[in-house]
Amino acid sequence: MPDERQTTLARMRAGQSGIVAQLQGGHGLVNRLSALGIIPGKKITKISSMLMRGPVTVEVDRTRVAIGFGMASKILVQLDDESTK
Amino acid sequence: MKILLMGNPNVGKSVLFSRLTGVRVIVSNYPGTTVSYTRGEMKLGEDTAEVIDVPGTYTLEPTSEAEEVALQMLHTGDVVINVVNATNLERNLYLTLQLLEKGVPVVVALNMWDDTKHQGIDINLDKLRELLGVPVIPTVAVTGEGIKELVENIPEATSPRLPLRHRDERWAAVGSIVDQVQHVTHRHHTWRERLSDASVKPLSGGIIALAVLAISFIVIRFVAEGLIGYVFEPLFNNLWAPVLMRLSDLLQGGGFLHDIVIGRLVNGEVNFLQSFGLLSSGLYVPFAMVLPYVTSFYLVIGLLEDTGYLPRLAVLMDTIMHRLGLHGYAIIPTLLGLGCNVPAILATRILESKRERFIAATLISIAVPCAALQAMIFGLVGERGVQYVAIVYGTLFLVWIILGTILRYTVRGFTPELLIEIPPYRLPQWRAMLQKLWMRAYGFLAEAIPIILGAVLVINILYFFGVFEAIANFTAPVVTNFLGLPKEAVTAIVIGFLRKDVALGMLAPLALSAKQLVVGSVVLAMFFPCIATFVVLLRELGVVNMLKSAGIMISAALITGGILNLVL
Repeated sequence: MPDERQTTLARMRAGQSGIVAQLQGGHGLVNRLSALGIIPGKKITKISSMLMRGPVTVEVDRTRVAIGFGMASKILVQLDDESTK
Repeated sequence: MKILLMGNPNVGKSVLFSRLTGVRVIVSNYPGTTVSYTRGEMKLGEDTAEVIDVPGTYTLEPTSEAEEVALQMLHTGDVVINVVNATNLERNLYLTLQLLEKGVPVVVALNMWDDTKHQGIDINLDKLRELLGVPVIPTVAVTGEGIKELVENIPEATSPRLPLRHRDERWAAVGSIVDQVQHVTHRHHTWRERLSDASVKPLSGGIIALAVLAISFIVIRFVAEGLIGYVFEPLFNNLWAPVLMRLSDLLQGGGFLHDIVIGRLVNGEVNFLQSFGLLSSGLYVPFAMVLPYVTSFYLVIGLLEDTGYLPRLAVLMDTIMHRLGLHGYAIIPTLLGLGCNVPAILATRILESKRERFIAATLISIAVPCAALQAMIFGLVGERGVQYVAIVYGTLFLVWIILGTILRYTVRGFTPELLIEIPPYRLPQWRAMLQKLWMRAYGFLAEAIPIILGAVLVINILYFFGVFEAIANFTAPVVTNFLGLPKEAVTAIVIGFLRKDVALGMLAPLALSAKQLVVGSVVLAMFFPCIATFVVLLRELGVVNMLKSAGIMISAALITGGILNLVL
């Protein structure tokens, strides 16, 4: 049974937060994301997303990072208890 | 001795650099301006040391061109000052640990130290020094706090030669250090953070962007027209014109020399727009028409850069820019292009792929008019009515969209996705801002004045020998039938290669109808870049791509001009 609390960053709603579970991408993607502090185990909060598959803005370690929609779809997040309602 | 300043983007590295060296550098809030690095000198005891501001980097496993440059530079340095953002140890210490593995002596500048207090962050400095094994000096680069202590500690820099680690181990080590030295107390969001979040949400962000652009436009126009109306026009009309008239008398009011130096008199008077002499139009166009707009444009763009607004605009524009084969970040060179195409095309380097750089550079040189050209459009076309200015801008905007869409589907390669840090909003530092404005305005004059004077001289000589008449007759069929312009307009289009503002000025004495003026302005804007832009395009794109780009320009200009001639 799939874990209902696990979703992608792209599918999260603005204001939800969770823990980065996995980066589903090649070496290059993992390198670029982790350089900006997006690594498994980090707490991540979605601030907003633009319409029409636009970039997603998140907060990680008190800084904000904008991530393209495609990349955001490859970031798996384990949602917090309060974010799953 | 060679000292390297290294750290993540947006940690105040460039400000620290100017504090250490006292050299003027461009300090901006968005990542990318320091891709070409800055070098300076500082006193260190008896000796002079070389200081290098290395491009901002998150990691020594390069993920971009700038980071590759940073890694290469690391091998040449004797000491590294690692600039760390004290309000974000979690991410900054990763690079610090990588540096400590390399064996180069390091001293850490814990910058933005004052911000830790109001952000509820408490850092145990002694513990951090112990864990890192190198000097750690708290600094506030914008006020100069801690700089003296930092300099005193440069000789104390050491390397603990940490064992090489794998990425995950290193992140674990960072986590462990942060747990031991940092204590964060919860606090409420500040209004700046609320504003920051609002500006990247679709609805509120769109409203903010429109407001920012509208205010920018109004301020640019207000400041520029104020400078023109209250400073430059009175100066030229009341002080300079009488001097020229006396000189004209000395040269007996006519002849070859008179026409080159002062130009042709209109109704026995010097006319700064139409006389077209070195000392009349040659000075009036750059100083009284163009410089005011260049200055006010760079004042506003400098404010937008230093407050940190531009990356937010990149996020908002990302979806639209992807339709043109670019990503949101390309909006920054495009906006710069409204000032001058030369720095804009240099700024396309911040785009990662060749395809993006080609599309962005081509679109900028075709559809983004520089401040000099815009000033002339406002001056000449605006005289006939606002609606005509609107047609010129509307046409260029449509060309930008349509041509971008075509290029997106025809240029091969890929466009990577947006991935950028959104720095917090910051209050601009007036001193740094005015310094940057001065550098840019001075840079414009130093670059433009010799070319403008040269262009006016060459035009007058060629005109005297009838060269333009020959070219005009040769190209007359295309220009008159297809574009509906008089054949004399060819001269202006040819001169457009030297300076577009001068070229548009040459349309002034031709008694064109409003429609012809619109067609002429659009064709001039699109046809070919000015010589300065041409040189950087050639350097950035290479010969083959430059030729492609030029082909696109000429055909797009002729097609658009022809269509305008038909529909207007």
